[in-house]
Amino acid sequence: MNKFKKRATCSPMLAVLPANAVFLALALALATPTYAQTKDPIKIGVIAEAQAVAGSSIPLAAQLAADEINAAGGVNGRKIEIVSYDNHSSAAESVRAFQRAANEDHVNAVIASYISEVVLALEPWAGRLKTVMITPGAASDVITQNIAKDYKHNKYTFHGYLTSTSIADSVCDSAKDLLVKDLKMKTAVVMSEDAAWTTPLDAEYLKCLPKIGLKVIDHIRVSPDTTDFTPIFNKIEGEKPDVIITGISHVGVQPTVQAKSQEVPIPMYGVSSQASNSSFWQDTNGAVDGVLYQAVSGPDVAVTPKTLPFVAAFKKRFGNFPSYCGYTAYDEVYYIADAIKRAGSTDPDKLVDALEKTDYVGTIGRVQFQGKDTPYPHALKIGASTITGLMLQWQNGKQVNLWPAKVANGKLKFPKFIKVGSAN
Amino acid sequence: MLFWQILIDGFAISSLYALGATGFALIFGVSGVLNLSHGALMVAAVVAAWAAGAHLHAGPYAGAALGVAIGFSTSLLTYFVIVRPLQHSRKIREEEKEIFILTATLLWGIMIQELIAYLYTNNAKTVAPIVEGVVWIVGVRTPSNEIFTAVVCWLVIGLLWLLVNRTRAGKAVLAASMNPRGVTLLGIELSQVYIAVWAIYGVLVGIAGVLLGMFLGVSSYSVGPLTASAFAIVVLGGLGSVSGALIAAYVVGYLETMTAYLISPAYRTIPALLLVVAVMYVRPRGLLGRR
Repeated sequence: MNKFKKRATCSPMLAVLPANAVFLALALALATPTYAQTKDPIKIGVIAEAQAVAGSSIPLAAQLAADEINAAGGVNGRKIEIVSYDNHSSAAESVRAFQRAANEDHVNAVIASYISEVVLALEPWAGRLKTVMITPGAASDVITQNIAKDYKHNKYTFHGYLTSTSIADSVCDSAKDLLVKDLKMKTAVVMSEDAAWTTPLDAEYLKCLPKIGLKVIDHIRVSPDTTDFTPIFNKIEGEKPDVIITGISHVGVQPTVQAKSQEVPIPMYGVSSQASNSSFWQDTNGAVDGVLYQAVSGPDVAVTPKTLPFVAAFKKRFGNFPSYCGYTAYDEVYYIADAIKRAGSTDPDKLVDALEKTDYVGTIGRVQFQGKDTPYPHALKIGASTITGLMLQWQNGKQVNLWPAKVANGKLKFPKFIKVGSAN
Repeated sequence: MLFWQILIDGFAISSLYALGATGFALIFGVSGVLNLSHGALMVAAVVAAWAAGAHLHAGPYAGAALGVAIGFSTSLLTYFVIVRPLQHSRKIREEEKEIFILTATLLWGIMIQELIAYLYTNNAKTVAPIVEGVVWIVGVRTPSNEIFTAVVCWLVIGLLWLLVNRTRAGKAVLAASMNPRGVTLLGIELSQVYIAVWAIYGVLVGIAGVLLGMFLGVSSYSVGPLTASAFAIVVLGGLGSVSGALIAAYVVGYLETMTAYLISPAYRTIPALLLVVAVMYVRPRGLLGRR
């Protein structure tokens, strides 16, 4: 009886609540669209490795872009708001942050991470939660291969940095001019760290190096745990190549320092991610002198008219130079804003359509994405008319750009112990 | 050619191992403490020496000195904050103290490792070498720094030998390692001996760390492998035996170098660790162990 009474007293309340809720929801649903288009900010979530050298530039650069856009009046009168999440370099934390960004903070797009493993973990979530995600720094080809495999679900992901394959192509393009044409080099040994991102990189190296006239006489995969590189350099030297083509990111300081202390006479050329950081000269006590590395940006390199003003603004506000994914994150905020403007909406499907038609000159070149019928949909287009990449060399504590010629600000120069052409 | 290459490279790395493991063996011999924060102390010394150069623009000598000073002070800190309170605790039973200290030093090492990664990232760090350039020895292009490393290691080991065998304080340490109770009967305060040993250990660890930083470089990830290699060497040599540790350092150093050159650098540490397991089966007291 008691129970019944309780229920009886409760039920009128229960009956009333849904009616109110439905009314409220209806009222909101009718009211918000017009309101949102005029006043609500556009929210962009940034999930990044705030404590890592490379990742720390991502939220800062995104904020800089948002502030500039807002100062110029915003997007159709709406301001851009950056919502930042530190993922502590963890894929699990990134997934939680992504869920929070989409479900609770209701962001309209996400800029996420420079680590391939993290981006691959987020990719299915971008599909499930129908939220556009762009990575400013991951390289794995699998990110865009997944889009090709299941376009309907994975179309919300965009690759805002080069794939490993296009990085290898960029290295080959520059090597053709700098090594084969200028230095008459004929042979190379490929030396890469054993990691997911170097598998497609090495496969492309082995394809494109012979095409430009560099015969690959050995291919060495180095364990990322290696501390003593002497035996590896020793083996390479015995094979007498003209150049060592590198694919290193997690290892960086040790092979660079040991090559110098052992005075290995063969130049190193290719990808050396840590060398792109402005602190790498200090990190290696200058042993990086003469090392050549591929990048999409560099200090004092005016890739486009927007590059140097961005670097100057970043340096002025945050006191240091942006890392490579600072440039891309900055551009991403701009072309997301541009896509929202063109779409006239933040609807995720319309936003995807608009982003696919992106044609935006940013700090690293002209940003256009590959079409959905290509093997790498939503990967950046690479080439002379879009993004070429650069080839820089550390010289006396400075990062000097050597390629492509129209934005070069120095000439190739090696320390004394490197003997170019000694092998022949 | 390859033979000479292995001989020269192996000698340098083995000398470094010998210096690192000597202190580790000394601590165990005298106080029965297996210090599993060993690797962390070495890495702390390297990072300090690196930071002196990178942030304070100190020269190589000043950087090295700061590295050794940090090794020394971190070692004493480890003793006073981690080891001594446990040794003196009345709440822990005597027979359980060893395992408590083992666990505490392991966790302390991880704390130092995380702190270094937090403050200076987990990228590898190297120390500016005091001597640069290369010399040719029997056709092998050898970094002068490698010779410098071997010479300094043996100088320091030699000084340690003199200290232990020729000075009064050193003799007390030696006596304490043989019979701690006997030493107290002679009126020597055992805790004074412990402090002396941890101080000596700190200097050794600092020097070994700085030399390793100049030779190969380390990152915060190196903490575990460095402790493991010192531990393996000391087990192989016989727990507590300094001369055993010296011999074992060369066995391990050359085995690793041969593996790296003849098989693959990726498998560098595996044969040495297998050897340690085999020694545990066949001769648990190690090469020159006395326990």
